[in-house]
Amino acid sequence: MSAPLLSVKDLRVGFATEAGVIQAVDGVSFDLRPGEVVAIVGESGSGKSVTAQTIIGLTRANNARIEGSVKLGGEELTSAGDAAMRRLRGERIAMVFQDPMTSFNPVYRLGDQIVEAIRAHRPDTSKKQGRERVVGLFEAVGIPNAEQRIDDYPHEFSGGMRQRAMIAMALSLEPEVLIADEPTTALDVTIQAQILDLLARLNRERNLATILITHDLGVVAEVADRVLVMYAGKVVEEGTLDEIFYDPQHPYTWGLLGSLTRIDRPRPHRLPQIAGSPPSLLDLPKGCPFRPRCPHEFSKCPQYPPLEARLPDSPGHRDRCWLTPEEKREKRQVEGQIGLEAPREVGQA
Amino acid sequence: MTEAGKGGGASLLEVTDLVKHFPIKRGILIDREVDQVRAVDSVSFKVERGETLGLVGESGSGKSTACRAVLQLIEPTSGSVEFEGREIAGLGRRQMRPLRRQMQMIFQDPYASLNPRKRIGQIVGDPLKRQGVASGSELRRQVQELLERVGLSSEHYNRFPHEFSGGQRQRIGIARALSLKPKLVICDEPVSALDVSIQAQIVNLLDDLQDEFGLAYLFVAHDIGIVRHIADRIAVMNEGKIVEQGTADQVCENPKDEYTKKLLAAVPIPDPRESRERIRNG
Repeated sequence: MSAPLLSVKDLRVGFATEAGVIQAVDGVSFDLRPGEVVAIVGESGSGKSVTAQTIIGLTRANNARIEGSVKLGGEELTSAGDAAMRRLRGERIAMVFQDPMTSFNPVYRLGDQIVEAIRAHRPDTSKKQGRERVVGLFEAVGIPNAEQRIDDYPHEFSGGMRQRAMIAMALSLEPEVLIADEPTTALDVTIQAQILDLLARLNRERNLATILITHDLGVVAEVADRVLVMYAGKVVEEGTLDEIFYDPQHPYTWGLLGSLTRIDRPRPHRLPQIAGSPPSLLDLPKGCPFRPRCPHEFSKCPQYPPLEARLPDSPGHRDRCWLTPEEKREKRQVEGQIGLEAPREVGQA
Repeated sequence: MTEAGKGGGASLLEVTDLVKHFPIKRGILIDREVDQVRAVDSVSFKVERGETLGLVGESGSGKSTACRAVLQLIEPTSGSVEFEGREIAGLGRRQMRPLRRQMQMIFQDPYASLNPRKRIGQIVGDPLKRQGVASGSELRRQVQELLERVGLSSEHYNRFPHEFSGGQRQRIGIARALSLKPKLVICDEPVSALDVSIQAQIVNLLDDLQDEFGLAYLFVAHDIGIVRHIADRIAVMNEGKIVEQGTADQVCENPKDEYTKKLLAAVPIPDPRESRERIRNG
């Protein structure tokens, strides 16, 4: 196994607010190797986006407290200066955002915006060279008539094409790491499939290391190598794609898997759901934060279990749940599928 | 359920050859109509009492325009929309008002569809007040009951929309749509802005409410996976036309139209082994 390109160690991000400190990310660690796709999965507010934004240095604010370490090829990023981060962004790590509608400046032509980014980093690139590069990039991400389309304005592109242009811009300086934050959430299912294919292809062809942030495990199944499941700022389970899908250990993961609809299976009478909503980070329950939503809560749950390997045969898999692997195998079946039974009557959304 | 008087035997909603064209205009002084966008192009479908019809298609397929034309929020170019056997296409605002009680809508974006300055009690209670169904303490009681029914708490009555998550806001939108006890609810992408885990909650809630109140849904979405779960029948729309219509199982398991096949193939299968299989088989 090659050495990690990006290494995140015990990352903690807190924001001071009037109501108190919000610990958005609470001790996240993972390694990313060249050519690998790591998916971070969780609901809104789980800390997945803040993790990604902190890696690339976008959460530096007066009220933010960032602890732990993010190392890119040995270089520490959490303490790097602003100028160093600016050089690094785009050049070594790039990011694709969720909303392709608002990520471009609407009053400049797409090609010009990307050429500007290239020239900011490589001042000796001529405008003509820059344009040629952008045409090449547009072709690489599958935008037809690239030659003409680079002179279009963002509003002349559809959502899917705009996301392709975003990806082209992210790749323009040949970064080693690509962070894709919900890249397909705003898109139609048909377009989503195309963008996922594109990301998988780029990952293969360019040996690009990718962090994929999403709330949808269905998206993860198509592209990821490793999966981290986050809940209330902490990783509650991590493992290989197959471990997470075929032998998931945390009830929250069961809930996420169960709530997916499957077009290739007979439809269940009722979709297994996770009741309730994620807890407020200002008012976390004692112990396991998933406890109030978990139908399998028992006496040990008021203590939060550490993230550790609990499966004898998979040392790379770690989770935070007190149940034994045997108990889990028995409890996670709902109507013959992995899911989380609806616990008490729906309290609140 | 017996339907007294008119329309007892007719479908709840019957849409026949509905057309909505938008003109494309050119010129500065003289507005010449140079072309038309055929957003909805001769669409026909029926929704029976208590059933769910799923309307599926990509962005731009005309599904939202069709909904708006059905509700007379925009005037259809031509065609007929019959509600309980009564023609409503072309009715004016005033004539539509009593009918609005019977047909309500749930919108896609729970962040944009609730007035941020109004309290939840007002948002949910407004239709009741406007239609003169209830007022005063009776109104409050009914609203609180509704909030509890959709999985919120009666204490939420005095809160503002920004205090709620996306899933909770969608529940507020559902409570508002149900306040007048409609017969038909048009759901325009009601879950596509929500996390997958919350989607399941909302779909299950809609299911329960349908059983309880005998509602009929016209459920519009781009994700055929979720539509198949909730719909009895599915109509697939592409470029303003319905290309295929049938029971949910027929359309999903044995699709006839190429476009339907394309939509089905795009749904991610949350099963790594099968998606690897799919990639291998091209």
